[in-house]
Amino acid sequence: MVQNTGALPERIQAGTPVPLDDRDSFPGPTLSLPIVMPADRDSLIEVDERLVDLKNRPLAAFLAWLIPGGGHFYQGRHAKGTLYLVCILLTWMIGFSLGGYHVVYASWQPGDKRWHYFLQAGVGAAALPALIQTNRMNRFMDPRTGWTRDDYDPLWGGFMSPPHRPVFEDNTDQVSAWFARYGAGYEMGTWYTMIAGLLNILVIYDAYSGPLGIPISGRKRRQDEATQPNLAESPSTA
Amino acid sequence: MLSISSTYLLYYIPLVVAISLVYGGTRHEDMRLVVTHAFYTAYWITAFMGIIFAILWMMGRFV
Repeated sequence: MVQNTGALPERIQAGTPVPLDDRDSFPGPTLSLPIVMPADRDSLIEVDERLVDLKNRPLAAFLAWLIPGGGHFYQGRHAKGTLYLVCILLTWMIGFSLGGYHVVYASWQPGDKRWHYFLQAGVGAAALPALIQTNRMNRFMDPRTGWTRDDYDPLWGGFMSPPHRPVFEDNTDQVSAWFARYGAGYEMGTWYTMIAGLLNILVIYDAYSGPLGIPISGRKRRQDEATQPNLAESPSTA
Repeated sequence: MLSISSTYLLYYIPLVVAISLVYGGTRHEDMRLVVTHAFYTAYWITAFMGIIFAILWMMGRFV
């Protein structure tokens, strides 16, 4: 399914014209042919009979993390970029609203180790305000008691701010108030936002390396070989 | 039969749509193949969850 078309001889220099259908036997830089391939051949892959230029792959991966689909827009894969942007951000926003806009926050305090945030942060910029809010909360925490000071005033009306400290595992606090108010929505919202972050990890991989291969089962391979005997002699196309 | 309201099952719909489309997108470049793969993934997820539901339902009823 996915083939890297990049194995060019080392003697080929950047910008040298290269025939598309005769890449591996290209004799040297003296030929002048009409099709010019980019210098960085590792960025070119062939998927579904299409050539895809992944361009600067680390940059594409970073952009894909920062904004879901951003890496694909950078690579000119606009349809997939739009698909990812809509699917992931919509999932994220549905979850965020289901949980009363309190399900995404960063905290690693006794009684409130919010490990969910590591997955939620997979959507990139959308989750970053939580870090700013946590930093502000830490500055307004009494170091002797571990309690949030009375003069604490969260930014942006409390958007993605962590709960007031301390958070108890067996007593009432702000987290238990959120649970009581939003019920199952709080739980579902946490799941939705975590799944959105996880999905974006797949998208980051897609921006960096292109689509994943589809495993071909032994039974299907035998069927294909029975119908197309030439397949048995060719290398794997998985 | 269910210990929760059946409206909770509606949460499943946007989730399976998003997961299927993104998963299909990470396997293909052609959008028609993406959609085809997404349908297959949604079908597979639904069937898998249906089987788990049936097992749990039978355990709750007969065990």
